[in-house]
Amino acid sequence: MSLEQVLQYILSGVTNGSIYAIVAIGFNIIYNTTGIINFAQGEFLMLGGMTAISLAAFVPLPLAILAAVVITAIIGALVDFVFIRRLKTPSVLNMIIVTIGLSIVIREIALHVWDEKVRSLPYFTGSEVTSVSILGAYISPQVLWVLGIAAVIVVFLGFFFKFTLTGRSMRACAANMTAAKLCGINTGAMVTVSFMLSAAIGALAGCAISPITQTQYDCGTPLAIKGFTVAILGGLGNSTGAVVGGMVVGMLEAFSISVLPLAYKDAIAITILLLILFVKPSGLLGKKEAAGLKEF
Amino acid sequence: MSFKRILITLLCVSILPLAFSCAGKKGDTIKIGALFAVTGPASFLGAPEEKTARMMVEGINAAGGIDGRKLELIVKDTAGSPEKAISFAKQLIEEDKVFAIIGPSTSGETMKIKSICEEGKTILISCAAAEVIVNPVSKYVFKVAQNDSDAAQMICDVMKKKNITGIGLVSSNDGYGAAGKEQMEKVAARNGIKVLISEVYDKKDTDLMGVLTKVKAMNVQAVVNWSIVPAQSIIPKNMKQLNMNMPLFQSSGFGNIKYVKEAGAAGEGIIFPCGRLLIADALSDTHPQKAVLMKYKKDYESKYKEDASTFGGHAYDAILVLTEAIKKAGMDREKARDALENLKGVPGIAGVFNFSEKDHLGLDINAFDMLTVKDGKFVPYEKK
Repeated sequence: MSLEQVLQYILSGVTNGSIYAIVAIGFNIIYNTTGIINFAQGEFLMLGGMTAISLAAFVPLPLAILAAVVITAIIGALVDFVFIRRLKTPSVLNMIIVTIGLSIVIREIALHVWDEKVRSLPYFTGSEVTSVSILGAYISPQVLWVLGIAAVIVVFLGFFFKFTLTGRSMRACAANMTAAKLCGINTGAMVTVSFMLSAAIGALAGCAISPITQTQYDCGTPLAIKGFTVAILGGLGNSTGAVVGGMVVGMLEAFSISVLPLAYKDAIAITILLLILFVKPSGLLGKKEAAGLKEF
Repeated sequence: MSFKRILITLLCVSILPLAFSCAGKKGDTIKIGALFAVTGPASFLGAPEEKTARMMVEGINAAGGIDGRKLELIVKDTAGSPEKAISFAKQLIEEDKVFAIIGPSTSGETMKIKSICEEGKTILISCAAAEVIVNPVSKYVFKVAQNDSDAAQMICDVMKKKNITGIGLVSSNDGYGAAGKEQMEKVAARNGIKVLISEVYDKKDTDLMGVLTKVKAMNVQAVVNWSIVPAQSIIPKNMKQLNMNMPLFQSSGFGNIKYVKEAGAAGEGIIFPCGRLLIADALSDTHPQKAVLMKYKKDYESKYKEDASTFGGHAYDAILVLTEAIKKAGMDREKARDALENLKGVPGIAGVFNFSEKDHLGLDINAFDMLTVKDGKFVPYEKK
């Protein structure tokens, strides 16, 4: 394998890895405050992408993306208001099943609101044929956008959870829901915020990847499965873990292509998931004690 | 009222009209089952097929039906899944007792339900392309989409003119991709063209940089992509982004202007074999297909406000040859099958159909023209 090729695979791995990482971070935010896995996370990406594409026909691209993020965040809040809060027995299992149902419902609604056709946002800079050369390897400028947005999201979340009152309250919920409530934190509101935040991040990611992967009503599910794998790999609830996990899966997938037929790519991700569940169920960076506190 | 009673009442109310409609129509209609991938990864095929079929049946019924009998179209959405196709096919044959089935949209689905239709003695007119559907010939199975081996031969002809001897082949991991890959490899070898690398990708893949990097390293002179999925517009984009500037050939699956729009500037110069619908305007008025092509294009585009595609054309052809056969032979299924097998010189969307006992497709290589993309439009490929 030539150096160029190695570099090309690394870039391809980093691109996919950062997409997986963003999805995994979305899982983590909700997991931290509620202890559940939101299986509709992939649908947030799809909704963000689709909404932005529809709006981009009327308003400039940045505005369309911003509006799509806001709209998806509102949908995220509605999911909490309408479904999660109203559960009579809000056990973790019940809530997870609700999110699975929601993902199917959102997909079907999207099929009717839009249609079955594939759409995509225009490239943020350049066009379909623009390519940037890095030491002999070539990538689309959009890849740099995805990487940049992923980095911004990770840094922003780091600050948010460390230095803002809301962020710290959410972490308190993550540590112990009852204790947080006793300290006067409005835990219900925190759950809503977590749904909004992960929906917004999902929507932003959905817009960023749309020019590369194209958006279709059912494009969320495969992404959610990969993101879930990555979240488990990195340690559920751990954002740094999500980035590390994303890069590991992305790289392994990219390099597996060089030796194995491409069709085995997904098998690699699932194999990793199984290995992790057998060998280190708390994930690469997850702590056993922290995992022990959660029901799931 | 308790919840249960509401439920039961609702159920009764919803069943009532069904019971009436069955009683009223029985015996008067010709039931045609349709299996189309209206949603899912093959929806590019199934959606225009379904729309076309509905439009045609409406048109035929508005004109009084066939010998006074109205057509009744029962559409099932397989979402491109062979498993769903199997259960729907059984349902159509055993419960609905349809006269014939048109579709499915994809080759993989068709291969799975072939034997079911044979056993059920129900005519199947597939809208999928793979040659294995009708070769070897099965008594009740027909197809109206051109052969992939002919498409491969057209591609090889152009390559020979361009002095291309080493190519990279990529295909999707569905029935269409697998059948095309097999034919392309076979036909290329026959024409002295070397397939230097042959890679299969998942039909839902959204990023193909990795596999194209592998292809690029083999120093190929051209790339052939064989699929019907959205990857058809991702590959040209990824190739340009990887600075791969060799010609890209695609299969007839590329014959949908949506793919060109998605590929944008990267789609320019893609060469592919396709039926004549996309260049109907450029045909001479004496061409036998001209009238039927122009009419279909006009009807479809004014009704649905979207571009007509050759895939919708397959549904048109399926209903066309079926109704022609019924007109000749009447409502006896066996006689209709025999009549279908003997149809000659029927101009359709894909080409002029000439069926025979040995040929359940009725089209040859002349049904194809080479097209290319110029300024975001399909134009005839000039043979240099």
